[in-house]
Order: sequence, then C-alpha cells, then structure tokens
Amino acid sequence: MTVYNFYIFDRNGTCLHYAEWNRRKQSGMDREEEYKLMYGMIHSIKSFVNRISPTDLKDGFLNFRTSQYKLHFYETPSGLKFIMNTDLSVGNIKDVLHQMYSNIFVEYVVRNPMCSLDQPIKSELFESKMDDFVRGLSFFPMRVA
Amino acid sequence: MAIYSVYIINKAGGLIYQYDHSGARPEVEKTFSYPLELVLKVHDEKLVVAFGERDGIKVGHTLLSVNGVPAEGRFLKSDGRDIMDIIADEENYPISLKFGRTKLTTNERIMLASMFHSLFAIGSQLSPEPRSSGIEVLETDTFKLHCFQTMTGIKFIILADPRQMAVDVLLKKLYEVYSDFALKNPFYSLDMPIRCDLFDTNLQQAIEQSERLGISNI
Repeated sequence: MTVYNFYIFDRNGTCLHYAEWNRRKQSGMDREEEYKLMYGMIHSIKSFVNRISPTDLKDGFLNFRTSQYKLHFYETPSGLKFIMNTDLSVGNIKDVLHQMYSNIFVEYVVRNPMCSLDQPIKSELFESKMDDFVRGLSFFPMRVA
Repeated sequence: MAIYSVYIINKAGGLIYQYDHSGARPEVEKTFSYPLELVLKVHDEKLVVAFGERDGIKVGHTLLSVNGVPAEGRFLKSDGRDIMDIIADEENYPISLKFGRTKLTTNERIMLASMFHSLFAIGSQLSPEPRSSGIEVLETDTFKLHCFQTMTGIKFIILADPRQMAVDVLLKKLYEVYSDFALKNPFYSLDMPIRCDLFDTNLQQAIEQSERLGISNI
C-alpha cells in the first residue's frame, strides 16, 4: 500500500497545493502543464459521467483505476477538488479526503488570514500538517524496495 | 444488479457499436399552477431545469412534454410553439409538464465515446507509476464503467451497477463475440460501425446470461 501524490484544486482550476511521496514516474512535462492536464481530465470526467449515467447522480465521480494506480476524487460543494493517487489495494477513501479538507484545509488555510484562497498555498504549517496526516494514514507505508 | 449499456470504440476513438440493455430513465409528470416554481433554461436546444428540485424533478432534467404533447427541443411537436412562451402565460395554467433525464442522441454518444478515448490516454499519461494502462474501472455512486482494451486498440466498455460482479469476464466474452460475429463477417469493414444481427443477438445473450448467472458461467 502506498500513496503517490496529492493535488488540491480550487473551483477555477488553480492548483492550490501539490505534494508527492512515492512517485516513480514523472509525467515528462512542466508541473504547471501537468496541473492543467490533471484539472482538465477531472473536469471532463465529471461532465462525461454526468451525461453518460443512466440515472441521476448524487456524489458523481468517485475514483478510477488503471493497471498501476488508483485516483481518488472528492469535491466540496464550494468546488474545491481533492485528488489522491494511491496504489490499487486502497479502498474507498472519501472520508479521508474529507478529513483533509475539514481538519487541515479549513483549519490552516481558511482560518489563516495571510492565506489568499485563490492562489497556491504558501503556508509551511499547512504543508507540514498535510504531510504528517498523509504519513500517518494506514495505507501510507512505503512499498518494500 | 444490472448491466446498463455497452459501447465499443475503435482505435481512433470512433464509436462503432452501442447497445442499451436496461435502465429506463426516470420520468416524472406533474401538474403546476401559476407561477411555475421551477426555473428552466435553454441548453443545447432543450429546456432544462436550472433550479428548484422537487417531487423527483432534478436539476438537469429535460422537459419532455406539455399537457401530454411531446416537446421537440424547445418547441411543441404539434404546432411548433415556443414552450417558454406557453409557460410564461398565466392563461395556460394549470399545466401538466413531464420531466426526465436527458436522452442521449446518437451524436452525443459518439461525442462521449471519443471523450472517453482521450480520458483513457490522459489517465495513463498522468500515472505516478511507470507502464500504466489507461482507465480500466471508473466508479461513481450510481454506476461503474468497465473498460477493456484489446491488443489492437479496440475498447469494450460496459456501464454496470456498482455491485455487478464479474464484468471483466463479460468484457472478454464480448471480445470473443466481436471476433466471431463481426470480424468473421465478410460484409464488415474494419473500424466501421457494426451492423450485424448475429453479433447483436449473441451480445445480448452474453449479457443476459452474465446478469442471470453472475460469475464465471459465461
């Protein structure tokens, strides 16, 4: 079990926060380009899922998996998007992403008057809290090298 | 447990086969008095609920008929009147409106298929691990999308209930049906839409069997 990387996007598509842990392959493009591609993909998946679904959706898109990784997605009603890539053995972690929002993002970004909400987060406190939280997750342990 | 629909996409992202198996889209008919509690807007030449969910009518639902007369886009099918004008006029109330989930037209399905084709590719490009495939399973709260890509680049896609078991077995079975009844058909040209009765019947049989028997019996 392992966590590869983690993105937070605001509702306009700005990448507020990015962190990576056990990532073994870079996308071969600029970070900024990668954020745009990731946001574009999520945006398209949301619209795709909305239209192709045979019945009305409540939460909409939750996660997808490929042969190598699993992408988990959580969106708040205000349009903040939390995206975490893990390996395939991780189950549903919607509550974990929600905790990251309510216990860390709200506490250390929204309640910090020095943080503007539409720009990448520069708070070191937030970054270290996020890092600690992810390292403490039950499914974080590094793969045996 | 159910299989909702099947899509087959060729290696260029074109939709070559589509079949809806089950899952009638919900429709709600209700009589309204003036003024209308719902906010409607024109979207893609259709009247869509923009605000005011009630009695099973959800945001995003399309207006299907007015007083039993079916709507054609934003106009009435019978005399071509603009439905927005009818709704705005107090004289026409009480009025009975039927709403339902927007039906996909063939063009929209073709568009969604090519959209998935590129999402599949981006999914593999953004992978944090080397040698990743594209999207294999995409999960939402109401359905799961299962995709199987063959060595030759053709994608078999099944939309199914999240609890439906053994969809991957069914995907392989559909590939088999495709090779037997589409590819071996001398009138079928590669990468073109599949129009072949034998393929249709065998595909439907495979789906029904997997729904009935569940696992491994296909």
